[in-house]
Amino acid sequence: MEIVPLGDSALIVRMRERFDDAPEQTLDTVLRAFQQLQNAAIPGVIELAPAYTSVTAFFDPISVAKGAETPDKVFDWLAARIRAAVAAGADRGRHRTATQRRVRLVEIPVCYDREFALDIDDVARRAAIPPSEVIRLHSTAEYRVACIGFVPGFPFLAGLPKELATPRRDVPRKQIPPGSVGIGGAQTGIYPLRSPGGWNLIGRTPLRLFDPQKNPPALLRAGERVRFRKISRDEFESLK
Amino acid sequence: MSVIVERAGFLTSVQDLGRTGFREFGVSSGGALDPFGLRVANLLVGNDEGAAGLEITLGGLQLRFEDERVVAWCGGGDFDVRIGSRVLPAGHAGSVSAGEKLKIGAPKAGCRSWLSISGGIYVEPVLGSRSTDLRAGFGGFEGRSLRDGDVLPLGMWPGSPTPATGISSWTAPHDWVSPAKPKPILRFIRGVDWNRFDASTLQRLTSEAFALSPDSDRMGVRLEGPELKRADASDMISEAVAPGTIQVPPSGKPILLLGDCQTIGGYPKMAHVITVDLGVAAQLRAGDHVRFSEVSLADAHRLLLEREREFERFRVGINLQRS
Repeated sequence: MEIVPLGDSALIVRMRERFDDAPEQTLDTVLRAFQQLQNAAIPGVIELAPAYTSVTAFFDPISVAKGAETPDKVFDWLAARIRAAVAAGADRGRHRTATQRRVRLVEIPVCYDREFALDIDDVARRAAIPPSEVIRLHSTAEYRVACIGFVPGFPFLAGLPKELATPRRDVPRKQIPPGSVGIGGAQTGIYPLRSPGGWNLIGRTPLRLFDPQKNPPALLRAGERVRFRKISRDEFESLK
Repeated sequence: MSVIVERAGFLTSVQDLGRTGFREFGVSSGGALDPFGLRVANLLVGNDEGAAGLEITLGGLQLRFEDERVVAWCGGGDFDVRIGSRVLPAGHAGSVSAGEKLKIGAPKAGCRSWLSISGGIYVEPVLGSRSTDLRAGFGGFEGRSLRDGDVLPLGMWPGSPTPATGISSWTAPHDWVSPAKPKPILRFIRGVDWNRFDASTLQRLTSEAFALSPDSDRMGVRLEGPELKRADASDMISEAVAPGTIQVPPSGKPILLLGDCQTIGGYPKMAHVITVDLGVAAQLRAGDHVRFSEVSLADAHRLLLEREREFERFRVGINLQRS
């Protein structure tokens, strides 16, 4: 574990150096640390967010300084508290591995019809397989949310079958409709909001990935498991 | 109990001190790009520090008040602000009577100002904040920047013991209320990817000036100048970024992130502008030149704590003025 400053009001707790060699184990480790830090409720910590190999803590240096005595010690004081909280979690985590693995599996219906799959031919060509095989592979794999970000509610999903990995488009689209399912490099993801983006679009879900009127506002959170279920155009309309 | 937006200006939005607690879902903190400036303005009108106000970019705003209020603003370099025909300088509180108009003209320098109105802008909080998330389109007033004709709800206000007409003689410190500086030097601490750049590139960051590209917004300012290409080509894993982060995409043109920045990024984080200088950064506009100078993390914290102590003293002083 390494703790590094992200400016003067945040710090990054890096749990592992790599992600791709062991995504499952890395996510379990990161989420355990995230949970442990949430439970620890360290004074001055405002919010925590996990991403791939790390957990980031945003803090109020003014509140932290009250515990730390001098400004020289704000970072060290907080880092020590964080180290202790994560270490305590790691000890207990050994006995909890089984429960940790029981994360929620979310099924996401996706219509892979041509009108939503603008780039499926590019993905198919690159993999030297027919588009129907792209759909089969994409909708039978199981994924895990490595991180939510880019725009609110956007899930970066690890676990894309290797054949489907496709570099981002050279020229990003200016506007991608909400619900669009795309492939960017070795990851797949879903655009929750109308936004620009460079991922290769292969389908669309009728589900709403982000709703600020709900709490939690996002359909998915880091660590959760995801499967895509192929649906027809009619079903897409009825689920909307 | 509302204020009418007769002219919305170039880009005006409802902002408070930002949205926290939803970062794990990719929700940015947002809020006033100079949260300290908004806190000072709120203090001047007797609001809670976290009350929602307006962030005004490059002026052009005209408001008409339905009832009597106290207003104050911070930011920019010399915005031309008038209540009726009376000039309201930065950092002073001014009374507005029912039916009166407040106009915020273009600034002589700087980019943004924050206006507080007693009672605060009383839109419904979304995810715990009244800030407008312009990119995601929620919060604030209908999730968007203001338009001509909008009617903004104002909070309850018990009335003020300050004179019903006129402009306060007391004011907040100049640096707080007028943060725009010509050719500012922004202080930074090293980023986690500092060592991915070679010595001559790192030297360019501190020895040369950068110009602000027009392609800048509340998410971040893009800087033109010497290229800052990283020396190593190893893959990077996306992790958190924060307001103040200076990230360097493959183009070698650094981006200084501001309050609406996304929550994660995959570019090297070369440096981070310190919190006390974010208010200066929020004043940069296209073509402005900026320089950078390094400080230690402990200095960044010391400067922040000193400012906070001064703010506390000011709060005590202003409450004495009122009583």
